[in-house]
Amino acid sequence: MKLTVNGREVDLPETVTTVRTLLDHFGLNKELAIVEVNQSILNKTTRDDQKLTNGDRVEIVQFVGGG
Amino acid sequence: MLTIGPYSFESRLLLGTGKFPDFDTQKAAVEASQTEILTFAVRRMNIFEPDQPNFLEKIDVKKYTLLPNTAGAKTAEEAVRIAKLAKASGLCDMIKVEVIGCDKTLLPDPVETLRASQMLLEEGFIVLPYTSDDVLLAKRLEDLGCHAIMPGASPIGTGLGIVNPLNIHYIIEQANVPVIVDAGIGTPSDAAKAMELGADGVLLNTAVSGAQNPVQMAEAMKYAVLAGRGGFEAGRIPKKLHANASSPLEGMSVL
Repeated sequence: MKLTVNGREVDLPETVTTVRTLLDHFGLNKELAIVEVNQSILNKTTRDDQKLTNGDRVEIVQFVGGG
Repeated sequence: MLTIGPYSFESRLLLGTGKFPDFDTQKAAVEASQTEILTFAVRRMNIFEPDQPNFLEKIDVKKYTLLPNTAGAKTAEEAVRIAKLAKASGLCDMIKVEVIGCDKTLLPDPVETLRASQMLLEEGFIVLPYTSDDVLLAKRLEDLGCHAIMPGASPIGTGLGIVNPLNIHYIIEQANVPVIVDAGIGTPSDAAKAMELGADGVLLNTAVSGAQNPVQMAEAMKYAVLAGRGGFEAGRIPKKLHANASSPLEGMSVL
């Protein structure tokens, strides 16, 4: 499956089918990650099982130091 | 007690979390400041370097109220999007509206700041706009329903202190919501001055993170805010043009 993640096109293995498996694939901290798919922000409590499909545009953001 | 919307705080010092030399220093500085409110920015995760540490992992987030900002936004719509992403963290519902209109001065765009604040209030956020020290704009933001007004002392990161204390005074005088002087603070005396003017709080970042000893500066800022607030509440003496002896003039045995 091909997704655009944080502005970069990435080719993902078949094991990646949901938000949870995508975050796991990149080894990202699920507590910190805030996820948006096709410009729709996902509810943190229900997002992990959200299915991803070819061509989805995914943004994964977090809090970082700032003033 | 500083009250912003439904939240109350003992500390009147709000601390930014950017540009600290390392996490240990940052953690010690946060503790030394005794702040209860920490600001953050929202940025993309680095998907190809997932193991970079995050300051949120280093602190007990339940001990602090998080105040994410919309830094990076140049339009109201961008600010609203960042605010919604921040809220989706499930960690906070306060937002520092920061819509920068000029890359050189980093001064906020007043029109976009006003628009973003209105849109975010309609979405149910607790809204704290970072604004220039324009008195009428501060009034307009309060009239919209903003929960606090955050005028800049001087441009972000300059450390120039309060360049227009008269405007800050006017903004404080007219406000019925907390006024938090945000940006441009360089020294403890700048922070104390803001509080002496009657500000309800001070938000600073670089003054601490960029200091040669950030932990010591964080503690100094804590005392400065306490001292300035104490001075404001105590009520200063009027300024006079001529001297007025503080020792009694009677009973001097030597004359």
